[in-house]
Amino acid sequence: MSSAIFGNRKESSKSTEVQERLLPWVEKYRPKNLDEISAQDHAVTVLKKTLQSANLPHMLFYGPPGTGKTSTILALTKELYGPELSKSRVLELNASDERGISIVREKIKNFARLSVSNPTKSDLEKYPCPPYKIIILDEADSMTSDAQSALRRTMETYSSVTRFCLICNYITRIIDPLASRCSKFRFRPLDNQDALVRLQYIEREENIKLQENVLEEVLKIAGGDLRKAITYLQSATRLHSTLSSSSLSNDFVVQDPDSSNPNSEITVQSIREISGSVPDDILQNLINVAESKIFDDIFKVVNDSVSEGWSAIEIVNQLHDELIFDDKLSSDQKNSISKILFETDARLTNGTDEHLQLLNLITQLSYIL
Amino acid sequence: MSLWVDKYRPTNLSQLDYHSSVSARLSALSTSGDFPHLLVYGPSGAGKKTRVLSILNELFGSGVNKMKIDVRTFTTSTNKKLEFNIVSSSYHLEITPSDLGNNDRVVIQDLLKEIASTEQVDFSTGKHRFKVIIINEADSLSKDAQAALRRTMEKYSRNIRLILISNTTSNIIPPIKSRTLLIRIPAPSVNDIVQVLNKLSSKQEIPLPESETERVETLRKIAESSERNLRRALLLIEALSMQNEKLTPTTPMIQLDWESVIKKLAFNINRERNVSRISQSRSTLYELLSHCIPARIILKKLTFELIQLVNFKAKSQIIEIAAIFDERLSLGSKAIYHLEGFVAKSMVAIEDSV
Repeated sequence: MSSAIFGNRKESSKSTEVQERLLPWVEKYRPKNLDEISAQDHAVTVLKKTLQSANLPHMLFYGPPGTGKTSTILALTKELYGPELSKSRVLELNASDERGISIVREKIKNFARLSVSNPTKSDLEKYPCPPYKIIILDEADSMTSDAQSALRRTMETYSSVTRFCLICNYITRIIDPLASRCSKFRFRPLDNQDALVRLQYIEREENIKLQENVLEEVLKIAGGDLRKAITYLQSATRLHSTLSSSSLSNDFVVQDPDSSNPNSEITVQSIREISGSVPDDILQNLINVAESKIFDDIFKVVNDSVSEGWSAIEIVNQLHDELIFDDKLSSDQKNSISKILFETDARLTNGTDEHLQLLNLITQLSYIL
Repeated sequence: MSLWVDKYRPTNLSQLDYHSSVSARLSALSTSGDFPHLLVYGPSGAGKKTRVLSILNELFGSGVNKMKIDVRTFTTSTNKKLEFNIVSSSYHLEITPSDLGNNDRVVIQDLLKEIASTEQVDFSTGKHRFKVIIINEADSLSKDAQAALRRTMEKYSRNIRLILISNTTSNIIPPIKSRTLLIRIPAPSVNDIVQVLNKLSSKQEIPLPESETERVETLRKIAESSERNLRRALLLIEALSMQNEKLTPTTPMIQLDWESVIKKLAFNINRERNVSRISQSRSTLYELLSHCIPARIILKKLTFELIQLVNFKAKSQIIEIAAIFDERLSLGSKAIYHLEGFVAKSMVAIEDSV
């Protein structure tokens, strides 16, 4: 809604430029049409066919975060209807909207029931404008199963004028009757090559100075989540560009080693700091004390890393990477290690005390190593 | 008369005493005009809130200090009325959604959307056209509420910026983490605290010893007993200087009542391991709970006291038991069962190890 108001307002080109700059890159570089979507070939080919045949099934997109599910459906609606018509033809609901059973019964049903609005002539020339509306239910796995069941009949009754697109991370949380009414599209985690191309494109567009291997590090930390990768890149850029400009004007003493770099290139360290991952020496320290089996040392090191503010879940994740790929450990050891890591992870997710859990983790590890 | 902690709270970034590189980053961010969502995390008493308020000061000027408290009512889907306190200035809002327990989602959805979808009209005073929303204790937000934040953060980024303050990032769902800039605030080191206390003593009259070495030693002792928690150190030094006419390195530190109770409990558990001791410890635990000491803190403190007393084998067992009961505490609803269970289990562990 607010974007519509902004579009009509006559603003000087300068201020829109500022707005553009302030936009998160995730939004700025969201694919504008189906061709721009990286990696999801299967989904894209099927959807392109629907552009020609003007027929569309109900759809269920599932896959890990940051793989382009929302982008795909938004790009599709844009190609189908164009900007003007999509206002009356597309309803997007996500977890930030109330989506209890009452909303399904009223809002969704009312929208689904509406007859299709007539496209203007100019829209008809440019876009296919098929005779149905699209309801996008983003983050559908956070809908209650009651609300999902209420959708069942609605989907069928109004299928002549409405198509649904459900988007979720975990297909298991969608009730079977809904899943069987949709054609499913699995979105794979992006492999590094596809993601790298996209990041390099952004790098060129935004004119970022990077040190070598930074993009690879970003991708490694993001683990197939392109949104995460782009956000990290933007945060790092923002931090570095502002640091370099302010250190000139301010007499602030900047003690950060990587910011004293005159070119203020983004370094691997700064990416790591932004992503909140634990530095290698702290991790190694934890492993070392676990190996030494001296309790007082363990106690002290754990105490320190907790007061330094490192997140326990991050330590668990990185210990996992570190220990499971360590060739010096036997399979038996790895077996027991993963069991402990798994237990700690589960407990932390239940909202337990980080300090106690971390201490337990390291003492248990000391028996195995 | 306000507490020293509040009286001498720094109000802008240049007054901060430690973590200068973090401060430099924050001030760079706040001057750039391009301000991201932040997730500020670190242990308690590290200065998270102070830094966040300083950022606001930097962003909007002193107008942010004119705060008022509103009580708002929200209606849940089951027509239950909720009352909720909001601290706000004309540039920012501060909420603690965890006050509402499971209903925090309603607040996030209603309140944030309402603010987010109305644009700041008055451009004359502020440099920025967005409002800042501070969410305290973000780690205790329910998963539903966090899910509700996801799209709001992207969609309305033109009008609002969120600053989440939390003790840990473990309970924050990954989609939120990937949308925010993570700022870690480590606890101040003992030296940092000594420095801060020293600076305080120049502003405030504190009966410290004359000689330089003794003075530093006294401050160091206070700093050490505060467990790298600056707030605690400041409260401690204030209390000490109220109670004693003269502070010396030998002045006994104030031990909190509940801490000494737990210490005594741990001592008794270790000395005497039988059924009658369990029933005696029950009344102690009830006493602690009825004085509003959170069960998790009792468990943690008791564990740490116990492992100081016992031998190596029992140590690791007690920690393991504590980890298990810690989980049960957060899943279950009646704390006394789990605390008692912990006491009984650790008695067994100690018995086995001797």
